Amino acid sequence: MPFYRNIAAKIALLPMIVISLTVFVGCIIYSFVYSLTNSKLVPVMNYVGFDQYERLFKQRKWDVAVENIFIYGFVFTIGCLIIGFLLAVLIDQKIRGESLFRTIFLYPYAMSFVVTGLVWKWVLNPTFGIENSMHMWGMTWFELDWLVNRDLAIYAVCIAAVWQGAGFVMVLMLAGLRGIDEDIWKSLSIEGVAKWKSYIFVILPMLRPMVVTAIVLIAAGVVKVYDLILALTSGGPGYATTTPAMYVMENFFSRANLGQAFAASIIMFISVVCILAPWAFYEFYLRNKYANN
Amino acid sequence: MKKFFSILLTIFVPLSFTNASKAAGHMEAEVIHWWTSGGEQAAISEFAKAWEEMGNTWIDTAITGGDNARGTTVNRIIGGNPPTAAQFNVSKQFVDLVEQGLLQSLEEVASAEGWRDFIYPPELIETCEFEGEFYCVPVNIHSWQWMWINNDVYKQVGLPVPQTFEEFLAGAPKIQEAGIIPLALGGQGWQESGMFDVVASSIMGFPLMQSIYRDKDLDAFRDGRFESVLNTYRELNQFTDEGSPGRLWNDTTAMVIEGKAAMQVMGDWARGEFAVAGQEAMVDYSCVIPGKEKYVALGGDVFVFPKNDDPKVKDAQLAMASMMVNPTVQAKFNNAKGSLPMRLDVDTSAADACMQMGLDLIQNPDAIMRESDDWNTPAFTAAWGDIISEFRNDPNYTVAQVMDDLEGVLTSGL
Repeated sequence: MPFYRNIAAKIALLPMIVISLTVFVGCIIYSFVYSLTNSKLVPVMNYVGFDQYERLFKQRKWDVAVENIFIYGFVFTIGCLIIGFLLAVLIDQKIRGESLFRTIFLYPYAMSFVVTGLVWKWVLNPTFGIENSMHMWGMTWFELDWLVNRDLAIYAVCIAAVWQGAGFVMVLMLAGLRGIDEDIWKSLSIEGVAKWKSYIFVILPMLRPMVVTAIVLIAAGVVKVYDLILALTSGGPGYATTTPAMYVMENFFSRANLGQAFAASIIMFISVVCILAPWAFYEFYLRNKYANN
Repeated sequence: MKKFFSILLTIFVPLSFTNASKAAGHMEAEVIHWWTSGGEQAAISEFAKAWEEMGNTWIDTAITGGDNARGTTVNRIIGGNPPTAAQFNVSKQFVDLVEQGLLQSLEEVASAEGWRDFIYPPELIETCEFEGEFYCVPVNIHSWQWMWINNDVYKQVGLPVPQTFEEFLAGAPKIQEAGIIPLALGGQGWQESGMFDVVASSIMGFPLMQSIYRDKDLDAFRDGRFESVLNTYRELNQFTDEGSPGRLWNDTTAMVIEGKAAMQVMGDWARGEFAVAGQEAMVDYSCVIPGKEKYVALGGDVFVFPKNDDPKVKDAQLAMASMMVNPTVQAKFNNAKGSLPMRLDVDTSAADACMQMGLDLIQNPDAIMRESDDWNTPAFTAAWGDIISEFRNDPNYTVAQVMDDLEGVLTSGL
């Protein structure tokens, strides 16, 4: 493809390209360079090699953070997809008051993560939340201590996140469902295929673009999860619900440990690249190759 | 005689400054701080009032949360738009700024007014002095070393108010039987490690703490007394409630005030909550400095003055520094804040029984205790606090493991 083709478009894109290169690439290089120093409160060029990385991988807290992001990523993604799809299917049954339900289910998505976090903090708090209400109604056997139980607290975070995110997936899926041709439903009913079977084996594969969009949007939210956990548990009990993003922020600000924060953010960056690279390779290289053939 | 002169100086030098600055025209100062609660607001506005009475303008930049406020200060200094003055804690938080040459030296005022003669205790001078020059103004002293106790609860179960953690632990089961939470603790990292240091100092004494926290002496660390502190801390934590994780310190104090809980370990800022609730010291509640050896911890706040190219800003900074140590301003400020003043010649007649205890104790140099963050970087104290917090929350984290992990922090060179 000759360079001067679409030259106007290329010129128009130039500012964006310059900004991306300087801001994104520049900052990544800057972070990497300073991750090799022992900067504390202010960045100083005091080279210490890979000490910061060594220290990072020795931290119990970092291990917990990485484990949490995997649990959160898995439960949140799967949870949103399943519940979002189910809600979309239910709403798709030509029910009465559809727009009301749509609003109710989408409403949590309009809230900030901080609000969601605070609401669930109160709901799940054992001393004045659901557990307390149940006890007051005489059901003293009832226990719901997820938020204060170090093994379960991360799942409490997932519940709050799914509550917020599922409505969004529902809207995407519903848009997809509405795009399905009536003729397909007609032929399915002539063949006598059960409704649930047709949803899972015929309609769901047709919704592939919607599912991919949903996964990409959810995944972007997973890596940067910060405000929800800060509002809900502040990383506690102990540091049982801390995440890599929190680890980075903490070292940047309260701990005045810039070198460590840079090292952790570079590791976060590398892991995201590792996950995205195969997909990008397929999307931009392999697919074009086969398409051109 | 020397003292008399220094008092004279402190009275007249600020005045002469005021006149000089008035001649130079009015000055503007932007101050970053994190004093946003009711009592704190009242305290900072004493500074603002005194500043404005000098004919100057005070621009108040209050940012909630110490971490956020300090982060903003550092970002603005590095970004080339520094505030006139900014709050930090009595600690090593701002050492990097001094070392990078980003702070204004206050030596000019400090030596003219004889700060070294009246700042008390002298440990505060150490915090602010680098290579013989003053770089910060200490404004108050806050101590962590307090147990806040609801007297009614102890009357109800028929026990005397405990004076040590051992006595508290002995009575705790009886309180629990009465359906009251013995220990109110907010499960946030800073509260957990704050209480830990109070337990540590009251059980093993300040000298040993100093050899561990300051000298990183591993023999002292391993001589068995630190383990007994960990054991006591774990025992204490059996007596908290399940709502503890993440609870704010003032919500926790409210539990003691309402009689839902018997005791909280918290710094002297908790007194403000009791006062607001209309409770009287030693009548409705007791404040106890636990342990046989009683200490006042030397926490508190300082202000630093970032360097600025504008010479007018420097004048404003020196004038403000001088105003903050002025005894009249100190009296008003500390009475509003509930903290101890950083000099002895201040009128403290408004002090209540608890504050009076602190004032009496601080006159004894042996009772003055330093905190870990006086010697260690925020990275060190935070790494240490993480382990303490995890120890409290994870019952499977054994004392032996904790000792090894803490030793790792001690030898990490953070």
